Amino acid sequence: MVRKKGGGHRVSDEAEEDLSHVPLQAILLADSFAQKFRPITLERPKVLLPLVNVPMIEYTLAWLESAGVEEVFVFCCAHAKQVIEYLEKSQWFSQPNFSVTTIESHNSVSAGDALRFIYERNVIHGDFVLISGDTVSNMSLTQALQEHKDRRKKDSDAVMTMVIKTSKPSPITHQSRLGTDELFMAIDPNTKQLLYYEDRAEHMKGTISLDKTLIADHPSISLYNDKQDCYIDICSQEVLSLFTDNFDYQHLRRHFVKGLLVDDIMGYKIFTHEIHSSYAARIDNYRSYDIISKDVIQRWTYPLVPDVQFFGNAATKLERQGMYRGSDVAQSRYAQIGPFTVIGSRTSIGNNTTISNSVIGEGCTIGSNVSIEGSYVWNNVTIEDGCKLKEAIVCDGVVLKSGATLEPGVVVSFKVIIGEQFVIPAYSKVSLLPQPIKQDSDEELEYADEGSGTVETPSITSLADKELKFKSPETPHWSTSELGTSGSFYIWSLDEGGLEEEWRHSVAHIPEDKLAALLQAAENDLDVTAQDGNVLPPSGELDTHTNSENSEDDLDDLKDDSVYFEREVEATFLRAVHENVEVDNVILEVNSLRLSYNMSFVDCAGAIFYSIMKLALETPHNSTSELQRNAVNAITTWQKLLKHYLQSIDEEIEVILKYEEMCLESAKEFAPLFAQILHLLYDKDILPEEAILSWASEKEGADDTDKVFLKQAEPFIQWLNEASEEEED
Amino acid sequence: MDFQVVVLAGGTSKKLLPLVSKDVPKALLPVANRPVLSYVLELLELSNLKNLIVVVEGKEAAVLVGNWISAAYVDRLHVEVAAVPEDVGTAGAIRAIAHHLTASDILVVSGDLVCDVPPGAVAAAHRRHDAAVTTMLCSTPVSGPLESGSSGGKDKVKKPGRSNIIGLDPSKQFLLYIASGVEVEKDVRVLKSILRAVGQMEIQSDLMDSHFYVFKRSILLDVLDKKEKFRSLKLDVLPYLVRSQLRSEVLLNGSSQSAENGNEKVASVNNQVMLSQLLANSAMPSFHELYALGPNGLLTATTRRTHKCCVYIASKNKYCARLDSIQAFSDINRDVIGEASHLSGYSFSAHNNIIHPSVEIGAKTTVGPQCMLAEGTQMGDKCSVKRSVIGRHCRISSNVKIVNSVVMNHVTISDGCSIQGSVVCSNVQLQDRVVLKDCQVGAGFVVTAGSEYKGESLARKEKTQLQ
Repeated sequence: MVRKKGGGHRVSDEAEEDLSHVPLQAILLADSFAQKFRPITLERPKVLLPLVNVPMIEYTLAWLESAGVEEVFVFCCAHAKQVIEYLEKSQWFSQPNFSVTTIESHNSVSAGDALRFIYERNVIHGDFVLISGDTVSNMSLTQALQEHKDRRKKDSDAVMTMVIKTSKPSPITHQSRLGTDELFMAIDPNTKQLLYYEDRAEHMKGTISLDKTLIADHPSISLYNDKQDCYIDICSQEVLSLFTDNFDYQHLRRHFVKGLLVDDIMGYKIFTHEIHSSYAARIDNYRSYDIISKDVIQRWTYPLVPDVQFFGNAATKLERQGMYRGSDVAQSRYAQIGPFTVIGSRTSIGNNTTISNSVIGEGCTIGSNVSIEGSYVWNNVTIEDGCKLKEAIVCDGVVLKSGATLEPGVVVSFKVIIGEQFVIPAYSKVSLLPQPIKQDSDEELEYADEGSGTVETPSITSLADKELKFKSPETPHWSTSELGTSGSFYIWSLDEGGLEEEWRHSVAHIPEDKLAALLQAAENDLDVTAQDGNVLPPSGELDTHTNSENSEDDLDDLKDDSVYFEREVEATFLRAVHENVEVDNVILEVNSLRLSYNMSFVDCAGAIFYSIMKLALETPHNSTSELQRNAVNAITTWQKLLKHYLQSIDEEIEVILKYEEMCLESAKEFAPLFAQILHLLYDKDILPEEAILSWASEKEGADDTDKVFLKQAEPFIQWLNEASEEEED
Repeated sequence: MDFQVVVLAGGTSKKLLPLVSKDVPKALLPVANRPVLSYVLELLELSNLKNLIVVVEGKEAAVLVGNWISAAYVDRLHVEVAAVPEDVGTAGAIRAIAHHLTASDILVVSGDLVCDVPPGAVAAAHRRHDAAVTTMLCSTPVSGPLESGSSGGKDKVKKPGRSNIIGLDPSKQFLLYIASGVEVEKDVRVLKSILRAVGQMEIQSDLMDSHFYVFKRSILLDVLDKKEKFRSLKLDVLPYLVRSQLRSEVLLNGSSQSAENGNEKVASVNNQVMLSQLLANSAMPSFHELYALGPNGLLTATTRRTHKCCVYIASKNKYCARLDSIQAFSDINRDVIGEASHLSGYSFSAHNNIIHPSVEIGAKTTVGPQCMLAEGTQMGDKCSVKRSVIGRHCRISSNVKIVNSVVMNHVTISDGCSIQGSVVCSNVQLQDRVVLKDCQVGAGFVVTAGSEYKGESLARKEKTQLQ
């Protein structure tokens, strides 16, 4: 089914064919422009990594061929030589009606660059399929292509059709089963037009905001959280020129798709095609590697399964319980090979070894009493007696000395030798190559290896000799203590923050405790949002204008804004202090801030008072009385500024409230001075007695905890009260 | 049925000036010469809901409404008319009569609803899901003139008929998002937590919240009690319930309430019970129940409390409209004697119009289809009436043209007047050759001879000052 035979006669018919016939073309990006598969991809391009013992690119090419694509342009960048060499050796260059052309670039750092590069080559003449070389699919393109073409006829702005599939993300981790971030999409159910796309969801934001014009233009919209982007796109030629026109587009989704959705000037539209029963998935990270491997073994990707010969896989037989066995497997009769396992040819397995849910490559030597569970062992790996592997990836040529243990999530890169009894801790990545110093560029972009394509793998022995010298300055993350005896490798350190997230994308199952922790966090989150929901302002039929603050998110935004505003005011103020700026100029600056953040005088008064008190607090002091002196100084110096913003009683009360808040939270040092400072503000005519009294009466009704400072200031307030009564008399 | 029905009849809505007045509160505005309230009352009567509480804003209006009801429905309905202060809002109105509410579910209907959707179906949807609230949604009515003529014409092409933005689950049974009022003109903000739980949400802007709700009483009263600032059921209470459906606050201390009415199976039962219930029922659990169970059936430290917000979507061929604007007043009058004529309760003549036998019509006067002339009205010669409702005891002289208009009772129209797309209230006098186009004339107003108005609202001065 996959291999099309006897297409020869069509060549002769070509003359008779419709002249307008444009062969269906495809661009296959043989570079993920990501670093998720490091350290493995330092040595071998991702598309050549074996997925169930067949390089990923084979799946992609086989599918393209079966789907009726006639011309494929394989874009290579990182390790381009390896990819080209591989393809030259394969049969792909000699297929009838299926031409594979490689395009090599040395300086493309993103999919955007790649497409711009291809545009310059001027090889694409019509609609094309854009796919990455790590995609596994068995869908039929016919319908999607037809839909795309029909739409194009009606609307030349329909430049792209994205393939999507139902896949509900986990409610706990908020990521799909493939380990990618959950995706929020809005699609017009009638036209299937994509209206909104949000991957890398900002978890903090609790809402999705659809622009009102969308609602106006589309009478109904479907919002999805349970769809998965298959990263198979049918594009029109314009897509390439769009990339060229917008030279800042790098990422296909983040820049291109979002760019088109946001930009309504050009009016380009993206549509979706949903597949239901066929398979399509992209290997984006280690977790998807694990999941898709299992899908292949469980035959969801039929006909792209181990026992069907497509390109590049050796003869494999399917046995019961999802067992696949290559030829010449030497297996001890005491070995237990569990369900859903693939054993490559020429592999030998020793006594009492148990293997389950794993893929073992070709030419491996596995000793006795080894336990392999849920792991991926590539070709020519030697695993000595008593090793334990759980949910790990072991690359070509690795030697695990006896008794070595790989904990879940471990990745062991090419030709590493792990010493006897050595335990590699969970989620570690082990390589012969040192971890590159982190480039401060976009973390998503993997830079090409200076043109050479291949990275010379230093021989193990030479590295082992050098490793002790190969030390700190350039590889600060590595230390000799991490070496196992008779082993030689670097254990890559994880980035700060990376450690927490590592379990999300690793081959290992997500541990229960992580799930529980996440769940707990989610509950707490809910509580917080629930509280936010409580502070809804009234919104009656009549006072509709207050509705602007109706949704919780608005409140959040407001809160954020006011925090930023406060910070800006404080910075302005400090600059004024240090550079002796005139008060009038400060007022001007604060006013412009006020306008740009859309704040009121009340906010300004609060922020300035806060800044003044902060200044007093940060001036060195040893005792409360010194602090008080500082405060007196600061207030005296800046009273003019503060007074400028105290236009009415509202602002004055805000100052008192702000002060109270500071005493309670950010600057507890002021707490004992509350009454004194209040008095000072009164004396300086900054706060009139009406403000203080109305604050006091406002607080009367509050909780006892809120009244701490009211009590403290009680004598003063009483005095004020009496004074005012006397006046009245 | 253990339902209690509250009809919110409103008071003298400012939006409907000058049609409403102290003498004619909103509930008594005529639709095809019957008070609009009668449409709701008869709809309820058809479903055998005969014990009603009619809430009217303002004492005087309440007296007027009460008098009319007791005259018209004596023996037929058992109606309690309750007066609440003006401008308390719909939520305030319910708060004010809360002590009257005893049934487990409360049907709250707006008194200005003209529709033929059976209330029983809505109530059934509510009971089926044991929902906290169920609202009836209907297609947004087409505003303005249908095909010909220019009645009203105020907000014609500008506004696409969009009164709500509604988010539903794929089965279209649950309400996941609702924007009403000014929110409709803003960006749609959907809570991700709800979307995550459902997976898929349909957002539609062609449905209208018809202000026909069924509330679980305990929840309604709880919300009204806790959220003192809520003024409107439609703008505050319903959106609040929808927003908080997956982290329900209303049931947190609901134990006392559920004890009160013991048959209440609220979602606050603990996980195990829920699971066994689910297994026992074997029906597909709704996402609320699944969510309450927690992901993967993991026991969570805190029980998630949910409540359901359901919808009943009236089918497209049902008629449903609210008389909440002058435009709607014209539209509904037109529809009730036109395409939705079954609502009027009259039998139409062969010419598709209703002319009371006592009507006197002069020579060469034509009354077109979709017209209604009530008793005692006299028309002179060479008049022409098209798609209009004319009330009782009107005196219409000769050469008068009335198109797409509503003329209430005791109106005097002199020779050569032309009325198009207008509403003429009771006791108005139109002197010779008055031309009205898209106007509203308040009760008792006198339009002097020869004047021409277009798109204006005419009312007696002292009247407006009074209000």
